[in-house]
Amino acid sequence: MTCVAVIRFPGSNCEAETLAAVVRAGGDALLVDYRDTHLHHADAVILPGGFAYGDYLRSGAIARFAPVMQAVKALADAGGAVVGICNGFQVLCEARLLPGALQRNAQQRFVSRPVDVRIERNDTVCTADYDVGEVIRIPVAHGEGRYVADPATLTALEAEHRVLLRYVPVAGSDLPHNPNGSLHDIAGICNAAGTVVGFMPHPERLADRVLGSDAGQRFFSSLVRSARVEVAA
Amino acid sequence: MTTVAVAEPFPGEREVTDQVVREHKLNATEYRAIIALLERAPTLTELGIFSALWSEHCSYKHTKPVLRRFPVDGPQVVQGPGENAGVLRLPEGWAVAFKIESHNHPSAVEPYQGAATGVGGILRDVFTMGARPVAVLNSLRLGPLDDPRNRYLFAGIVKGVGDYGNCVGIPTLAGEVCFAPCYTGNPLVNAMAVGLLREADLATARAHGVGNILLAVGAKTGRDGIHGASFASEDLTAESEKRRPQVQVGDPFTEKLLLEASLALITGGYIIAIQDMGAAGLTSSSAEMAARGGVGVEVDTSKVPTREPGMTPYEIMLSESQERMLVVAAPHRLDAIRAVCRQWDLDATPIGHVTDDGIFRVVHDGRVVAAIPGKELVDGCPMYSPPAVESDAAKNRRAFAPMVSGPGCSVTLERLLDAPTIASKRWVFEQYDGTVRGGSVMPPGGDAGVLRVADTGFGIAMTVDCNARHVLLDPYEGGKGAVAEAARNIACTGAQPLGITDCLNFGNPEKPEIYFQFVEACRGIGEACRTFGTPVTGGNVSLYNQNPVGAIDPTPTIGMVGLLADVTKAVPSHFRMPGDAILLLGETRGHLGGSAYWAEVLDTVGGAPPPVNLTAEHGLQRLLVAAADRRLLRSAHDLSDGGLAVALAECCIGGPWATVQFGADVDLGRHADAASDEGWLFGEDGARALVSCDPAHVAELQRLAHDHGLPCHYLGLTGGSDLIVRRDARSWRWSVARLRAIYVDAIPRRMATVTARNGAP
Repeated sequence: MTCVAVIRFPGSNCEAETLAAVVRAGGDALLVDYRDTHLHHADAVILPGGFAYGDYLRSGAIARFAPVMQAVKALADAGGAVVGICNGFQVLCEARLLPGALQRNAQQRFVSRPVDVRIERNDTVCTADYDVGEVIRIPVAHGEGRYVADPATLTALEAEHRVLLRYVPVAGSDLPHNPNGSLHDIAGICNAAGTVVGFMPHPERLADRVLGSDAGQRFFSSLVRSARVEVAA
Repeated sequence: MTTVAVAEPFPGEREVTDQVVREHKLNATEYRAIIALLERAPTLTELGIFSALWSEHCSYKHTKPVLRRFPVDGPQVVQGPGENAGVLRLPEGWAVAFKIESHNHPSAVEPYQGAATGVGGILRDVFTMGARPVAVLNSLRLGPLDDPRNRYLFAGIVKGVGDYGNCVGIPTLAGEVCFAPCYTGNPLVNAMAVGLLREADLATARAHGVGNILLAVGAKTGRDGIHGASFASEDLTAESEKRRPQVQVGDPFTEKLLLEASLALITGGYIIAIQDMGAAGLTSSSAEMAARGGVGVEVDTSKVPTREPGMTPYEIMLSESQERMLVVAAPHRLDAIRAVCRQWDLDATPIGHVTDDGIFRVVHDGRVVAAIPGKELVDGCPMYSPPAVESDAAKNRRAFAPMVSGPGCSVTLERLLDAPTIASKRWVFEQYDGTVRGGSVMPPGGDAGVLRVADTGFGIAMTVDCNARHVLLDPYEGGKGAVAEAARNIACTGAQPLGITDCLNFGNPEKPEIYFQFVEACRGIGEACRTFGTPVTGGNVSLYNQNPVGAIDPTPTIGMVGLLADVTKAVPSHFRMPGDAILLLGETRGHLGGSAYWAEVLDTVGGAPPPVNLTAEHGLQRLLVAAADRRLLRSAHDLSDGGLAVALAECCIGGPWATVQFGADVDLGRHADAASDEGWLFGEDGARALVSCDPAHVAELQRLAHDHGLPCHYLGLTGGSDLIVRRDARSWRWSVARLRAIYVDAIPRRMATVTARNGAP
C-alpha cells in the first residue's frame, strides 16, 4: 500500500483531515513529527495547512529549518512526491523547493471562502484523476496567499507549464475570482517533473460527499495512485 | 469553620487603608465581612485576592439567586452549570461541551486583543473539560457604522476573533452581528466554543488528594491583565481608555500547543484536575478548584515562572496573562506529565500542593502572605438582591407607536436589506476560517452552523441569537424570544435542540430599572428552556455595560446546540430549485411593535414586541425536525428580523457564495386578512418558518403541520429572476439580482474606508 507521510509542525492544524483524505483514497497515512530526521519509508509526503510556529515572522520562514525538512528535501531530490497545501506551500517556497513567494493578501485581510480553480495539467503527482481544463470549487483560507515571483520566474513558469492551478471566474459569482491578488491568478505550481507541488486551496476540506461536495478528493486518489506506480517502477 | 490563619505583609507592599480598599472595588459591607472572616485586617495580597473573587465577574453577587431558577436538568445533561463548560450527551458515547463568554470591556478599549483573548479563553474552558474544540461562534454588537470609531472597533474585533481562531485551527461556524446606538463605546464581544469528547474522558476542575501537586503549564506569568476581573465589573467611562495596558495579549500559537498538551494529559489519565487561569488568573483557578474539592491549597508564588523579575505575590496571583493552565496531579506523575508537555514544547512547573486544612494559602520565599478560609473565599461574598422596578420610560416606550407612515413596501424591503444588522455578514465571516478540520456541513451564512461528527453518522447544529430590541421593550417576552429564535434556527436545519449556554449582557444592576430587565429576561429564558426541554448548562454574566451615555440594551445572548441524528438530512436555508413549492409554517398576525421595520426604516424603537407563544414555538421545532427526518424539505429559514419579506428575499438571494439565485411568486391574498400590508410583510410574529419543497410533498407537509397544531400556508412557487409578492389586487416586484447586490454590499460599502490598522480615529 502506498504510504503518505503528513508532517506535523508545531502549529499545523490541518493534519487530521489531510490524513483522513489519504485514507479515504486507499492510502496508508502516517503522521510524522517535525523533529524526526527521516520519513519512515513513506512514498510521498504532504506538508499540511496551519500556522507553523505561529507564522508570527513570515509564513513558513521558521518551518523550513525544522529537522524533518532535510528528509523532505532528500525525497524531493530523489523524484519523490512532495505536496504542500496552504501553509505547506508557503514552507516549500521558503525552503526553495518551489520558486516565488506568498505574500499578504492584496486586500490585507484573511480570506476564507470557496474559489473556482482550473486544473492546468494532469501529469503531476496529485492531479492525474482530473481532466485538464476542469474547473473545481474548493475552499481557501489564508492571510498570506498572494503568489508573487520576479518576471523571469513567472515567464519560465508559464513557458514550462508549471502553473498547476489557476483561479478562474465562473458565471453567476459576485466575488472577485482571484481571492488574494496572486500574479497570473496562480493558485498552485509544481516543479518541472510535476513531483513537487504546492497550492493554496484546501482540497482535503471538501473531499467527502456528506459535506455537499467531494471535489477535492481526487488530489488524494491521484497522489496515492501515482506514488504507488512510482514504487512499482 | 477552620482555625483562623495568620499571614504577614510582603515586604514593601502598601498598607491596607480605606483608600486602598476602595480602589479594590470592595464596599464597606464586603470589607467588614472580610475582617470577620479573617478575624484580622487582610494583607494587600489578600485584599487583591478578595477583590478578584468577590468581583461581580467571579462571585455573581447580584445574579446568583436569579440564575438558580434556571432549569438545569435533563436526561441529556452530563455536566450542568458550575464547571468550566456545560456538557450534553450525544449518541454512541460522544458528548458535546460548550460555553459562551463575554469579553466586552477589554474589547471596548483594545478591540483586537480584547476579542482575540476572548476566543482564547473560551477555547480553554472547553478543552479543560477534555473536549477537542471543533467550532467557535460569536455574537458581536456595535454602534452604527457611520461613526468612525465604531468602524475601527468593528474591524479590530473581527480581525482579533479571526486571527486567533484561524491560527488555532478551529472553524467559525455561525454567529450574529448587530448594530444599535446603545453599543457605541460599549461593544459586546460574546464568544462561544463547542467541543467534542468521549463521555468517558470527561475532566473536571475539582482538586483532591492531600499532598497532590499544583502545576503551572503553558505561558509564563507577566504583569498584563492585573485586575481584569474587577475592570469587567465596573461601568465604562472616559477614564477606561487608561485601562488599555490591563488588556491581555493573546498568543494563539501557544494556545494550540496548550490545547494538544492538555488533551493528551487528560485522555492519557495523567492528571486529577485542570483549569484555565482565566479571569483572576492563578487566584480563581486555584481557589475554585480547591473549593469544589473541599480541600485547601498552598501556592508558592516564588516558584511560578514569570516573564519579568521582581514580580510580587500580589501581581503573580492577579495576573491574567493568557495561555496558562493550572493542573492538579499526584506527585509520582510529574515526570510523565513533563514528558507530555515537552512533546508540545511546553513546561510544567510545580508551584504548590493540596492541603487538608481548607485554607487558601499563598507563600513567597517561605513567608505566608495570604491565608484565607478557602470555601468562604469562593462562596462567602455577600449576595445582593437589589430592587427591580421597571422605569416609566420603559413603559412609555412599550406604549409608543411611530407617528410617520412608511415609504411603501418596495422601498422598505430594500432599506431593510441594506441595514447592517440584517444585511449579509459575508465581509465578517470571510475573515474567519469556516472549513478547517474538514467537517463543516453548513458553514456560516444560514440559520445555524452544522458540523459532521467524524466517524459517525450524526451531526451537531449550533447558533447564537438574541433580539436585544425585543428584550429592551419587554424583557420577559424578549428573554423567551431569544431562546425561541435560537431553537428555531437549530430546528430549521433539521436538528433537535438540546440545550443552551447564555451570555447575559446588561447594564449596572444597582439601578432598579436595569435589575428589572435582568430578572425578567432570566424569567423568560428559564420558562422557554423548560417548555423546550433545553436546559441551561452554564454561561456568563456581564454587567456594568454602561458607557457615559447610558446602559446597553439588555442583551441575553443565547448559544444553543442541537443534534442532527442523520447528518445527511441537514436542511439548508435558501431556495435550491426552480418550481419548488413555498410554504409558510405558523401563524401571521402582522405584529409590528418592536420590529426592525419600525427601528431601521421609521427610526422608532418602540411598541410591545410580539408575545412569544412557547407552545407554538415548540410545535414548530418538532414539525421542522420531523419534516427534515422524512426528507420533505428542500430548504427552511426562520422568520425573525424583518419578517416574511426579509426571509423571502434571503431565500431568493441564496447563500454567501451562491452562483445562482431564484425568484419567487407568492400570493398572500387568502391569509391573515386582518393584517396590514406592512404587518404581513415586515411583522415579526414568532413561531414561523419559510420552507420550500418538491410540489409533490405539499400535501404530506400540510398533514404533518396539522398534526403538530400549526397552520401551513401554501404561498407559491420558486422560479424566474424576480421576487413577486401579491396580495388581493396589489403586487410588489423586486429584481433578485438587485436585492442581492444591496444585501451583500451593505457592510463592505460602509467599511471601505477603514482597516484595522489605520482606522483609529
